[in-house]
Amino acid sequence: MLEAAIDTVGLRKEFARNVAVADLSLRVGRGEVFGFLGPNGAGKTTSLKLMLGLVEPTAGGGTVLGAPLGERDIRARIGFLPEHFRFHDCLTAAELLDLHGRLLGVRAPALKLRRNALLARVGLEEAADRTLKTYSKGMLQRVGLAQALLGNPDLVFLDEPTSGLDPLGRVLVREIIEELRAGGATVFLNSHLLGEVEATCDRVAFVKHGRVVHELLLAEMQSGLDVEIRVADADTALLNGLSEFGSDARLDGGLVRLRVAHERSLPAIARWLASRGTDLYELKCRKKTLEEWFIEVMGEDQGPG
Amino acid sequence: MRGTLTIARLTWLEARRRKIALAAVVCGLVFLAVFATAAFFAHRSVAQGVVDLVGQRIMFQMLLQVGLYVVNFLVVACAVLLSVDTLSGEISSGVIQTLASKPIDRAAIVLGKCFTHWLMTGAYLMLMALGVMLSVWAAAGIFPPHVPIALLFMWLGATVMLAVTMLGGTRLTTIANGIVAFALYGIAFIGGWVEHIATVLRNDAVRHVGTTISLVSPADAMYRRAVHELQPSGALDVQLTPFTPLSVPSGAMIVWTLAFVLVTLLLAIRTFRHRAL
Repeated sequence: MLEAAIDTVGLRKEFARNVAVADLSLRVGRGEVFGFLGPNGAGKTTSLKLMLGLVEPTAGGGTVLGAPLGERDIRARIGFLPEHFRFHDCLTAAELLDLHGRLLGVRAPALKLRRNALLARVGLEEAADRTLKTYSKGMLQRVGLAQALLGNPDLVFLDEPTSGLDPLGRVLVREIIEELRAGGATVFLNSHLLGEVEATCDRVAFVKHGRVVHELLLAEMQSGLDVEIRVADADTALLNGLSEFGSDARLDGGLVRLRVAHERSLPAIARWLASRGTDLYELKCRKKTLEEWFIEVMGEDQGPG
Repeated sequence: MRGTLTIARLTWLEARRRKIALAAVVCGLVFLAVFATAAFFAHRSVAQGVVDLVGQRIMFQMLLQVGLYVVNFLVVACAVLLSVDTLSGEISSGVIQTLASKPIDRAAIVLGKCFTHWLMTGAYLMLMALGVMLSVWAAAGIFPPHVPIALLFMWLGATVMLAVTMLGGTRLTTIANGIVAFALYGIAFIGGWVEHIATVLRNDAVRHVGTTISLVSPADAMYRRAVHELQPSGALDVQLTPFTPLSVPSGAMIVWTLAFVLVTLLLAIRTFRHRAL
């Protein structure tokens, strides 16, 4: 696996009697675009704050970009867009970015260039000198995104980055994530919009009750297919035979379902059915979406941890 | 230091943009205008020979002390109101998250905000206290002695409240913080009066109670020391007005107050460093 940008072991956070994060062990490789998925209250935002050093763990530990969690200097290489980006709304966008740039230690001439370039990148060049209280929600999200990218970060935490954005804004976020990936940065994406995650991430982790319950490489997910077959007489012998072509073969009502790795298995299945004299009425396949994975992994109980 | 100065600058920008500084100055000037008018009419009355010369001096001394009493309250209120929401408000709204995730010590956030509010409180004190003194001087030609040291004591008293409110802001909600801060000031106020009454009654036991209260909350003690410094030399042993302190806080109390501010700020930094944001 790639060198770790994030590596946590047994991370736990309790608030009084409430366990927000139970046992987070997670490894994200450098340069990965990583999705962090889970139902509301699963401990996603607290996990993210633990990694950023905004919250101290009750137990466990880890590293971010090779430094222990909460180390101050490493934060210069980390960008962060909080879920509900709040700001000093009496400032203009340019002033806000200057403020955050100074806190990052970016010097004046370089800061001005970087600030202007980012404002142009997020489409706020002309609104740069307006105070933030006059901004729409989408504009605020864009300036928040610019703020997260100000220090040319090696690792970017984006907590619901497309919240409040219109379709064009969502495309912008997707493009920026692609640019970060191309530049070798690691992106840790926390989002409820599974379509966005599916379109941008290399790998996802499903978190439930404050612990990672499943990890999924999206390239693998996209290569797998769910197959649905309608035949005249489905029996155990048929299921056993179909198991040679894939996994998880089962009877579901009058249908046979199984999962195959590649599309080229489909004609082979059809040929095999014909060769054994089975009447084939229907053979359908489709890719399992991330949403279906989510529902399957999370199950019925999606309550907070 | 870079982080502290950046946060201090941000705090000043916010105070200016949100018109906090302007509101304080405008209200202060209105108060001074009212006070100066009162001083002017008081002088016009005594100029008609109603009161003898000693009576005039006592009257204007009293007017000065009443004015400074109100100024002290306004400055303390300014220190509390400036800082009451500065941490707790930003914690509850989430504004603090992007600041605290930058490569700065959280102490820089506490100290930067505190520094700006401290300077603003000092400037407000100078404006108001010097305005009151100049009004009395313009009306009656009386100007108190030891003004710089007295203003420093008043500023130290307000700094106590500023530090207490900053500490409260690291743990409490804005409203709870305000209630605690003003309650502590009320305790300090009562402590001062308990000492005052005990001195009149010559009751050491009661005076010790008052001193103990002042140790818990030394803001009012610094005001009493300031007023003591402003007394004309001949009037030090005489209670000219109910606002003239009979029990004067000692040098040890000043050292205690400085230590109180320092420890309170260190506690604020320590608490804020470990606070979940």
